[in-house]
Amino acid sequence: MTLESELSCVDAVEAKAEDLAREAGFDEDTSSQIAMVTREAVINAILHGNKKDPAKQVHVNFELNDEALRIKIADEGAGLDPDSVPDPLAPENILRSSGRGIFLMKAIMDEVHFHQLNPGTEIELTKHRVKKELSA
Amino acid sequence: MSMKFTTREVGGVTIVDLSGKITLGEGGLTLREEIHKLLADGQKKIVLNLADVNYIDSSGLGELVSAYTAVKNAGGELKLLNLTSKVRDLLVITKLVTVFDVKDDEASAVSSFA
Repeated sequence: MTLESELSCVDAVEAKAEDLAREAGFDEDTSSQIAMVTREAVINAILHGNKKDPAKQVHVNFELNDEALRIKIADEGAGLDPDSVPDPLAPENILRSSGRGIFLMKAIMDEVHFHQLNPGTEIELTKHRVKKELSA
Repeated sequence: MSMKFTTREVGGVTIVDLSGKITLGEGGLTLREEIHKLLADGQKKIVLNLADVNYIDSSGLGELVSAYTAVKNAGGELKLLNLTSKVRDLLVITKLVTVFDVKDDEASAVSSFA
């Protein structure tokens, strides 16, 4: 999927992520969480990556195989250093009103990887399927 | 579905019954506006009843934190009531459950205010 840098585009990506998560066999709560963090990643790409520049797009790629559901979200922005994001659990940050998106992605998905694209950043979200889910 | 809310008063405590989603652009701003309106009206004992909030994201969590700090800075108290499992899970993951006073029934939420 290729999206314009507009927040109105995020609902379609979220719905697609939830559909694929259900197809992968994840339960309702897990599917909802996968969809939610996918939405977070797309919002980050639009707001912080592309900075809502209408000349820039967000690219979303979904991959479902026997082992995992993998979702890649790429922006065309200046790049992101994930290590520069403050720890939202630190006492000095716990009352901040923002900065929990990447933390939630890491908490809910099994793997989160960042790739620098020059220009842009791709975030790769992976949730492994389990045998019970595969046989369902 | 975007967020909706109604406000009522029980024993001197303002209870805001929220329903729907608290997300970026879908309720967060509305919640912020309502909290500031309540504070301007001098209502500083506030309970957010989240029983019918079926979805929240990081922006929504941020709005809950903003509401908490706004009320606290005004000399009041804000408590959460009736968390759904989805909302509770996210509050636990983000450790915000250690920040908020969370109640499971309305009577004890109302009586817990000093």
